[in-house]
Amino acid sequence: MESTVITSENFNAYFGPNHVVKNVNLTIPKNNIVAVMGPSGCGKTTFLRCINRMHELIPGATASGKLLLHEDDVYDLNPILVRLKIGMVFQRPNPFPNLSIYDNVIAGYKLNGVKLPKNKRDEVVESSLTKAALWNEVKDNLHKKGTFLSGGQQQRLCIARAVAMEPEVLLLDEPTSALDPISTASIEQLLFELKKNYTLVIVTHNMQQAGRVSDKTAFFYMGELIEYDATREMFTNPKDTRTQNYITGRFS
Amino acid sequence: MKNRVRFRIGVSNVFEGIVALFAFLISLPLLAVIYYVLKTGLSKINLSFFSNIPKPVGELGGGIANALIGSLYIVAVATVIAVPIGILCGIFLSENKKSKLAYWSRLAVDIMQGIPSIVIGIVVYFWLVKTRHTFSALSGSVALAIMMLPVIVKSTEETLKLIPNPIKEAGYALGLPYHKVIMRIVLPCGFSGILSGALLAVARVAGETAPLLFTAFGNPYISHNMLKPMQSLPLLIFNYATSPYDEWHDLAWGASTILLIWVLLLNVTTKLITKRWKVQL
Repeated sequence: MESTVITSENFNAYFGPNHVVKNVNLTIPKNNIVAVMGPSGCGKTTFLRCINRMHELIPGATASGKLLLHEDDVYDLNPILVRLKIGMVFQRPNPFPNLSIYDNVIAGYKLNGVKLPKNKRDEVVESSLTKAALWNEVKDNLHKKGTFLSGGQQQRLCIARAVAMEPEVLLLDEPTSALDPISTASIEQLLFELKKNYTLVIVTHNMQQAGRVSDKTAFFYMGELIEYDATREMFTNPKDTRTQNYITGRFS
Repeated sequence: MKNRVRFRIGVSNVFEGIVALFAFLISLPLLAVIYYVLKTGLSKINLSFFSNIPKPVGELGGGIANALIGSLYIVAVATVIAVPIGILCGIFLSENKKSKLAYWSRLAVDIMQGIPSIVIGIVVYFWLVKTRHTFSALSGSVALAIMMLPVIVKSTEETLKLIPNPIKEAGYALGLPYHKVIMRIVLPCGFSGILSGALLAVARVAGETAPLLFTAFGNPYISHNMLKPMQSLPLLIFNYATSPYDEWHDLAWGASTILLIWVLLLNVTTKLITKRWKVQL
């Protein structure tokens, strides 16, 4: 029996008066990749941003219901603590433009004022970049600015930056939507590697991607969680007609 | 038909020519000022010009040491007052675009930019000079700081507005608290813009005379006391240029040259900083 990392019970999210995530119930098992898919504006990104409490940073955004990390409700914890345990990778690569590749990777420590000895720092940088499959490409240019890298490399740098904090869960918000197919393939490859150590939640509006990388898939439509099942089951035998329609491309 | 097209191309060319002409004309007054001040003023400047204080009428070899030192003090203290307040206010305005406080404070900054400098001078006179019963360099610094604020606030706000939100979110997602996101991500990314705004503000007030007339007041001797009257370059130029003596006119020309070079250097430095240290977003 695999253990559950995240549990959502009757979870709702709002932008002002707009109810964008409606009564979502799901559980995310450890060391799994869970894909969240659905058409644009279905609330999937909002749901993801609720998990590490990024949602509330937008003025007027609120949430209600239970969202548990193991046994603790993330809405009872300090958001800073939550975000240290639940890392995030964004839609567009966003390395800190003022920092070198090296400093970007340890930014979570450095900017938080955590002092690490030099050899420990080097170790974190190397292991994080290795996990993000970027080490071999950048090991000779660690002190160049991160923004000189290509889009795909920048995105892997952002993954390394999130991984360096040793989070339990990694949230990925359409991490490949701004990338070309080759970079996309290398990131997807990377997700399989990361799965060994982390629990991943990936938002995508690309069904093929959800089909390729995930163990379980959640289908959101109009803010509701329509269906949540093992990916293979979902794609071969969808229970709900709306899921069926989406998968067969009748609406997108 | 052909004529019609030729006519249109002609009009278009004439218009482009006019626009280019005015772009050129705009630089003429500046070139004229620089040429005239340098031509008249450079010959008045020598080493003793920097080390001596003005001599009484009739004696040769007077300098502007008191005004130069005074200007440096007054502007430096004004900068120390205005820069932190201005940057903090700019941060608030860029972070809280829609709040009510931001609306009013933005309006206040815009209006402050338009307040005549002499009015700021007289207000500071009532605040700090009348209450203390003495003119002081510090009151001059306060007046100049008030003039610098809108420039710094605006440039900080405009610079920080350009920093993409996802970069700040990346900071939050790493568990950074608000103040660290501001201090360690937002400010470093906007550093060159903020610094050049501050330098432009310095350049702007370096030559201000009106707010100093009844605050710093002027002083024929070198003074290091911020609580006492102090000379400054614009005050010296104002007083000596309107005097009837040729020696004093020479001092005023020399001081004008120094002031002009000061302001030009600040502007050039600003350009270099924006070019060199700009963080590629």
